[in-house]
Amino acid sequence: MTQSDTSPGLLARLGAPALRGIDAIGSMTLFMLSGLGQIFASGKIFARSIRQIYVIGYQSLFVIMLIGLFCGMVLGLQGYYTLVQFGSVGLLGSAVSLTLIRELGPVLTAIMLTGRAGSSMTAEIGVMRITDQIDALDVMDINSMGYLVSPRLLASLISFPLLTAIFDVVGILGGYLTGVLMLGINEGAYLYRIASSVTMTDVAGGFIKAVVFSLLVTTVCCHQGYNTHTRRDSVGPEAVGNATTSAVVISCVLILAADYVLTSFLL
Amino acid sequence: MQAWDIQFHALSVGYGNHVVLHDINATLPAGQISVILGGSGCGKSTLLRHIIGLSRPLTGSIRIGGEDLFRLDRQAFRRVRRQMGVLFQDGALLGALTLAENVALPLSEHLRLPKPLLHEAALRVLRMVGLEDFARFYPNQLSGGMRKRAGLARAIIAEPRILLCDEPTSGLDPVTAARMDALLLAMHQQYEHMTTVVVSHDLASLRTIADHVLVLREGRAVFSGSLAELEASDDAYLRQFLRREADEGQMALHEPPHPQVQAALEGWLRS
Repeated sequence: MTQSDTSPGLLARLGAPALRGIDAIGSMTLFMLSGLGQIFASGKIFARSIRQIYVIGYQSLFVIMLIGLFCGMVLGLQGYYTLVQFGSVGLLGSAVSLTLIRELGPVLTAIMLTGRAGSSMTAEIGVMRITDQIDALDVMDINSMGYLVSPRLLASLISFPLLTAIFDVVGILGGYLTGVLMLGINEGAYLYRIASSVTMTDVAGGFIKAVVFSLLVTTVCCHQGYNTHTRRDSVGPEAVGNATTSAVVISCVLILAADYVLTSFLL
Repeated sequence: MQAWDIQFHALSVGYGNHVVLHDINATLPAGQISVILGGSGCGKSTLLRHIIGLSRPLTGSIRIGGEDLFRLDRQAFRRVRRQMGVLFQDGALLGALTLAENVALPLSEHLRLPKPLLHEAALRVLRMVGLEDFARFYPNQLSGGMRKRAGLARAIIAEPRILLCDEPTSGLDPVTAARMDALLLAMHQQYEHMTTVVVSHDLASLRTIADHVLVLREGRAVFSGSLAELEASDDAYLRQFLRREADEGQMALHEPPHPQVQAALEGWLRS
């Protein structure tokens, strides 16, 4: 076999996934822009978004508070036993609050919402796709993007930052439980360090991350559901399952990648 | 009044490189019930998706009411599509909405009408299909036949000029199927200028409702004409189809099973 026989095959094998990746990025970007555009075009966007805020926001509240509490408690515990070696346990409030507000709050909230609300978005829209419900909307001259995607985008833009704020507050409370109530750090020192070290820049940075993650998660999850019928690996109900798995995996990877990029700019 | 006939000119449709229908030339007349007939997988539902405008043809054209559907600009395309009501195979009702909300959807999305009026409009068409008492039910609480009737109610609530039905009687018992046929005939009598297109392979339904028939076979249109002309045709395939005769040439009914499989099966059945 000559070099010229093997080269095109090898190139194609290497290039095809790259082209598919670029195609997917372009498709998702256009999908997001179309969804955002329909927020302003649809007259009933607020009524539809309220239900989605209930689903994405309210129904996720308990689990976000639970994760936030344990996350803060673990941070308090780990922080205490690290800082005690340097005689700096008084800095525990700073360590817990800055870690939560800058990093763990936005990232863990987004990952939890991907698992809880994002997967449900993909599955719901995917089922609608394979049972002709989206075609039915189009035939009734109802913009399916405006009906299905835009309310979820708007609801996520509202819910993600709010849930991130709740995660941060509950997490700081968790750090208080371990640090102050269990390990005996001075209450005033813990609270004073929070107030003195956290700036508005940190809070704004956390919110910027939450907004970016909300767009990423909702776009990926809705896009995977909306395009369930174009999957190459499966059809029907199996395609809905695979789309849901893909949505969660892609969202989580994008959250962590975007977190790195955003942190680089914000620091 | 504009005549809403549907014309296919040299129409070829398919997916990617796979051509499903070749060179279809036929007219589905305005104001009549046309049945698109053919065996499973012959491309009936694919043709319907193209009439609705959900897929673009590979070549050729579809003219609806004299307008070339795929050469229209976006606004004109939407204007033509607003004249269509579609009953999908399983109804395609939105699972999150009640029956009344589903049926009222084409009105509630496009018209600024008070909620009680929309509800009353939904009840009117639900009454027509015998589902008035189920207005507050969700689609997953209904049988397949009821979902189809609800889908029909949603398709006609905006009083379309063209009603398109994808296999309205498939999967229904004979009595429910006959009720669906009666409903389609009643709709046609009520909206006498409405062009109705039914995709089906149900012969009983064909003989009950059809004015005009388009028969598809292996990706081609093999007959287009009235029901009487179809019944009188001496084409071998059409006669075989209408008499429900099996195509024995394609089947090997007396193929013996593999001895190893047979032995394993007998052992399993004895265990």
